[in-house]
Amino acid sequence: MGTFTGSFKGFGVTFAHMFRKVITTDYPFTPPTPAPRYHGRHILNRHPDGLEKCIGCELCAWACPADAIYVEGANNTDEERYSPGERYAGIYQINYARCIFCGLCIEACPTRSLTMSNEYELARDSRQDLIFTKKELLAPLLPGMEQPPHPMRLGETDKDYYIGALTNPGTSVGAERAPWSETGTEDAATAADTDARPETAGTLRRPGQSTKEAV
Amino acid sequence: MTDVAKKTDTVTLTIDGIEVVAEKGELVIRVAERMGIAIPRFCDHPLLAPAGACRQCLVDIEGQRKPVASCTQTVAEGMVVKTQLTSPVAAKAQGGVMELLLANHPLDCPTCDKGGECPLQNQAMTNGRSDSRFKEHKREYEKPIHISSQVLLDRERCILCQRCTRFSEEIAGDKFIDLMDRSSGEQINVYRDDFFGGTGTGDGQAGEGEGDIPFNSYFSGNTIQICPVGALTGEQYRFRARPFDLVSTPTACEHCAAGCSMRADHRRGKVLRRLAGDDPAVNEEWNCDKGRWGFQYQVANDRITAPLLRDAKTGELREVSWSEALLAAAEGLKAAKGAGVGVLTGGRLTVEDAYAYAKFARVALGTNDIDFRSRPLSAEEADFLASSVAGVTDVTYEDVENAPSAVIVGLEPEEECPILFLRLRKGHSRKKLQVTAVAPFLSRGFEKLGAALVKAVPGDEARLLADDPAIAAALATPGALLFVGERLATVPGGLSAAAALAARTGARLAWVPRRAGDRGAIDAGCLPNLLPGGRPVTDPAARAEISLAWKVETGAVPGTTGRDTDAIVAAAAAGQLGGLLVAGVDPGDLADPRLAEQALDQAGFVVSLELRHSAVTRRADVVFPVAPAAEKSGTYLDWEGRLRSFGTVLPTTAMTDGRVLEAVAALMDVTLGTGDVMTIRRELGAMPVSKATRPSAPSVAPATRSETGAHEAVLASWHHLIDQGSLLDGDAVLAGTARPPVARIGKDLAEALGVVDGDAVTVGTDRGAITLPAEVTDLAPRVVWLPTNSPGSTLRRSLGVTAGAVVRLSAGRPGPVLASSEVSA
Ligand code: SF4
Ligand code: SF4
Ligand code: SF4
Ligand code: SF4
Ligand code: FES
Repeated sequence: MGTFTGSFKGFGVTFAHMFRKVITTDYPFTPPTPAPRYHGRHILNRHPDGLEKCIGCELCAWACPADAIYVEGANNTDEERYSPGERYAGIYQINYARCIFCGLCIEACPTRSLTMSNEYELARDSRQDLIFTKKELLAPLLPGMEQPPHPMRLGETDKDYYIGALTNPGTSVGAERAPWSETGTEDAATAADTDARPETAGTLRRPGQSTKEAV
Repeated sequence: MTDVAKKTDTVTLTIDGIEVVAEKGELVIRVAERMGIAIPRFCDHPLLAPAGACRQCLVDIEGQRKPVASCTQTVAEGMVVKTQLTSPVAAKAQGGVMELLLANHPLDCPTCDKGGECPLQNQAMTNGRSDSRFKEHKREYEKPIHISSQVLLDRERCILCQRCTRFSEEIAGDKFIDLMDRSSGEQINVYRDDFFGGTGTGDGQAGEGEGDIPFNSYFSGNTIQICPVGALTGEQYRFRARPFDLVSTPTACEHCAAGCSMRADHRRGKVLRRLAGDDPAVNEEWNCDKGRWGFQYQVANDRITAPLLRDAKTGELREVSWSEALLAAAEGLKAAKGAGVGVLTGGRLTVEDAYAYAKFARVALGTNDIDFRSRPLSAEEADFLASSVAGVTDVTYEDVENAPSAVIVGLEPEEECPILFLRLRKGHSRKKLQVTAVAPFLSRGFEKLGAALVKAVPGDEARLLADDPAIAAALATPGALLFVGERLATVPGGLSAAAALAARTGARLAWVPRRAGDRGAIDAGCLPNLLPGGRPVTDPAARAEISLAWKVETGAVPGTTGRDTDAIVAAAAAGQLGGLLVAGVDPGDLADPRLAEQALDQAGFVVSLELRHSAVTRRADVVFPVAPAAEKSGTYLDWEGRLRSFGTVLPTTAMTDGRVLEAVAALMDVTLGTGDVMTIRRELGAMPVSKATRPSAPSVAPATRSETGAHEAVLASWHHLIDQGSLLDGDAVLAGTARPPVARIGKDLAEALGVVDGDAVTVGTDRGAITLPAEVTDLAPRVVWLPTNSPGSTLRRSLGVTAGAVVRLSAGRPGPVLASSEVSA
């Protein structure tokens, strides 16, 4: 008797779960949307004319408890300008094999150049690929932006850029939830069309990428 | 304790409630420092005179109405001092000063090179307010102005502490940078000094990104190092790194015989900057720009990375494995040994490496044909080095500072030994030192030393040393010093006269070479007449000592004096030598570069141990890459004979010369034991002091003066500190601070030629000609001066002569033949 009711109780748990809300996700076909402040992959933002906000100051690298960031500053010249002011990041790397997504680098950044996106698909099949450089980290060019190097378009001096820059968050639009996950598989691309992913206002493709591989 | 306090030269005071005894005249800030109480400061520097410019060091002193600057206040008996630690008045005063300093400071720390090691940043955190009450617009200046190709000035960041101006004036004597304007417009800017000729507009305003006049000082880098904010920065290190990701290693400078201690900072396998080390006995806290910035040669494109062997078929060098190259070198040297192998080591080796060559020459090659001198030399010099230099450490920097009088011959301290120059200047400006220069003219450097000039036509120094009453009088005071430079070797009888003069007057004699490895090479035995430890080769007892130390048979070490550099070159050029073993030697430095290259061509078998491709490696049969100073450890001997040991800055796989030689020797069936630096140090340390008698000083008679005809003159010359030396290659920014090459002529010659300042003058010999702009100088009659190895003036290569030779002079450029060949080149 006791045995019978015992088994019944056991199955009861199983049956009860069949009517509860499913907690597994249909990844990668419907990737879950993280919380808005989720600490994902970093972005190096741009000024509205396309110049880089990063000045290569290394404060992010200094703040990083995991020693994940490597920066080498370089000198802007009038002929070759990447950021307003004197200094820009000649080399900028974040090593995602080390990063613990603590966000201390974001707090350290004096120019609001470095922010974090919600992207979490960061698995790669080699350590080398886990080192993201400026190529991967820089925010995409929005309409009206120009690929540096180019002269300052928004004013005479760097001050014209910095005054009001902190309240000008629009420059990283499109990078917060990067729509071009490099890990997106062919299946994912065909199975779930672009609507399957929550899009941010100005979703952009990387220049030169076809829709298919950009999903 | 009480006894000491009662002495008249000490006082007792109280700082922060602690009683302390201090010397009379000591500054309060220093006494506090000794007690471990840190008072914030900016302008105060222990080696500069107190200025009281920044007011950050205010302390509360009982009985004084207002807080007092502790860096200018001397201690007094019974004084009661309260620092910011115990007095709210002092703390408030310091906070107020900090607020005022920051009122105009741009706080652009993220772009500033000083960020992370900035006294202003640090002290603003420890002694400043957390926010500013100033909301007004800050002072703005044009962002950095180049005050030389190397030094940048950002006036917005400057806190007007005047450390830079005080350094320039008090220490270096180059007053180029100064406080200008008044009140809120007060700023540091480039001083109007036209000694070196600037291209500025003269209105004191910077134009075209250039300062008014270039900050033309060999010591300019020190101002960057002592600037307590990021107002002075260097082009070379600009935006390269932050202190937190640099690895700092103490090291020694590999350039000159001054022996500066240094700090090298590297990141990711690359040295990014070098700073002056703190060594009160040698360089105090200073160094020169050459040592600070001249290290790009290590990363030059033409670094040799693998052994090279000349291919028998093609006649070209090709990269081979170490074992193949070592075997080829060993076989080649073994074969060449019969006819004799000459060893040229150059003046850039560490003591350990020089010793390896000395031992290799004696033990593996069985010869005394070894010489480190890669410059014009004489046999008299070798005797002088044996009698008066090897193992002698009579004169130190401290003696220089405290000497009553110094006579300097054949040496231009500012150009050839900058830190000796700074010490001489310290002695002159702060103590009682009187400098007497025996030179063709009173150079800018000697002017800064306030030197009395004994005008000498090159070649005539020997006679002057023997007879001139002014020189003898200058040396008569006890404690007087006689400095002779390596250039005196080319004056027949010069070094003999110097040794005799020192013996006669009781003055102490110091020989000052130009390169870091010169002095060490003598003591290591890289001379044809000396074995390691200053042992004469001709002395059987000395040979026995060394054979015992080396564990070889007594007969193994040859007992006759070998050939010197000139003789080795001559013999090789005549095809009388079986081979040459050459370390870092540039044939262009030798007395006759053309003959030297001929020698390399003619020598049967040439082994070269080099860093970078050179005129030697191009002619060598086997080339081994060796480590530059940063990639090995070692020791230099400075001119005093003081050991300057240094460790490896960048650990790489590059091998020392000693290790390569040991491997070659092993294949020649000789155990050299020079494979690692510590082994060599142990071997040298275990070697007993030589009992051999020191040979007596040479006594060569002075030569008669060369006669000059019409349109002829005697050539005077020395190296500029920053010139075309191979360790300064590839550093355009540093080269921009070099002194412009000019031909100096006296009034007599200027009139005879009809030229004025800036006109072209051509100096020629049978071999070639050099044309430079003239600068009329107060020279000895019928003398022309040219820089030895500066752009447009490669004396030895172009003219084939050295100082003391008679040359032809003409106004303007040379004739059409030369002119057209110049164009086509
Ligand atoms: S998120 Fe944290 S661990 Fe990652 S790079 Fe930034 S500071 Fe370093
Ligand atoms: S991302 Fe920000 S903190 Fe990092 S180097 Fe660039 S400006 Fe500096
Ligand atoms: S430039 Fe630097 S050292 Fe010179 S006065 Fe200004 S803050 Fe002082
Ligand atoms: S003075 Fe000589 S040793 Fe000192 S830094 Fe200059 S070159 Fe090097
Ligand atoms: S440190 Fe005393 S006034 Fe500057």
